Amino acid sequence: MKNKSLVSISDYTKEQQLRILDIAEGFEKNPRQRLLENYVAATLFFEPSTRTRLSFESAVSYLGGKIIGFSDASSSSVQKGESLRDTIKTVANYSDVIIMRHPKEGSARFASEVSKVPIINAGDGANQHPTQCLLDLYSIRKTQGKLDGLNIAFVGDLKYGRTVHSLVQALCQFNCKFSLVSPEELKLPSSVKIHIKESNLEYYQTTSLEEVIPNADILYMTRIQKERFSDPMEYEKIKNSYILKNEMLHKTKSNLKILHPLPRVNEIDEDVDDNKRAYYFQQALNGVYVRQALLTSILGLK
Amino acid sequence: MITGKEFKVSAIENGTVIDHIPPKSVFQVIKILHLEESDDMVLFGTNLESKKYGKKGIVKVSNKFFKKHEINKIGLVAPKATLIVIKDYKVISKEEVKLPDTIEDIVKCFNPNCITNHEKVNTKFYFIDKEDIKLRCHYCEKITDKKNMIVR
Repeated sequence: MKNKSLVSISDYTKEQQLRILDIAEGFEKNPRQRLLENYVAATLFFEPSTRTRLSFESAVSYLGGKIIGFSDASSSSVQKGESLRDTIKTVANYSDVIIMRHPKEGSARFASEVSKVPIINAGDGANQHPTQCLLDLYSIRKTQGKLDGLNIAFVGDLKYGRTVHSLVQALCQFNCKFSLVSPEELKLPSSVKIHIKESNLEYYQTTSLEEVIPNADILYMTRIQKERFSDPMEYEKIKNSYILKNEMLHKTKSNLKILHPLPRVNEIDEDVDDNKRAYYFQQALNGVYVRQALLTSILGLK
Repeated sequence: MITGKEFKVSAIENGTVIDHIPPKSVFQVIKILHLEESDDMVLFGTNLESKKYGKKGIVKVSNKFFKKHEINKIGLVAPKATLIVIKDYKVISKEEVKLPDTIEDIVKCFNPNCITNHEKVNTKFYFIDKEDIKLRCHYCEKITDKKNMIVR
């Protein structure tokens, strides 16, 4: 995978994705390896995303690499009207790998075509966020011991959540069953469902969160944003039915784990945090190991 | 001239005839093939009678023999078009247009937030459905279909 940009999760084959997860296990055991000494990673965040940026910067720092870049387009040359093409071409001269987040969909693919160094997509608008997908796969495999044959329940905004879209697509490689829990307005789009159908996998759509809890191996929670609703009354009506509370978790499979891409607002009550099924903070930490694996793999060091 | 049939659009000696164009797509075909910049004779007619389709458009281009990849893209706006190569007023070959697997440059991505609508980037699409014309953008991965397709 040396020098291969990661823009979309489907850029990597199933085997390549699993290889990243395997390497990440090594970093979980020993995250402080000076493999990136003498390397420079650029983090270009054309829109702010503190969590993703810090996770990447932490991954690079533990490996002894240097970081250049910006965390906000207003403090960069974009402010002066520079094109993305020129920014990327310039920064590619200064770094070994470029990690970028950009508000426009397709920006990372375009960057990968003009850059002489590999690009890691840290989110392009509503399109892709492949490292989130890899860390989700890592977290599922880590907690369940496998990726095949699991019952995965996705809850919340399944229409706009790109994390959900990429993860559903990736899990279609692993023979999973899907429970799709959302309000009518926020159902999984047919362009994503088509992947489940093409893989001949089962899925079940419902509006009831409580209904899916007893059979789920993974409960993947997402945030429902008020601005997604054309009718604010509609939002008020449904908002409380997608909040996970500790009292709802007395009848579950023993291996159930609760995931969330974070940040959460109120969709998981804080009283769940101490439940042994809560895994979302560990999930965020796994992101560092997965990003270490990806960086070292792309730079040909692993 | 071989036939006694009256031509609404004059015959050409050498070149390409594009027949069976939907009447409303004639100008789009001219645009896609950049015929407005041509120095050779270009004849066209629209709303002509057609036994097959009721009404049709036709474009005749003198001295121009298109390469397959150049001309197949007109299938986007004229999926049933027939391409006829003429030499010495004689039909040399006749074939239906066949859509290519990728469409470059000529279609605008329907997604307003796609990078191709903000930077100087040539658009590129993959067909996911040739029958209904559904294109997936190489960049933003969103689907542009017939109903919201703009040919630029």
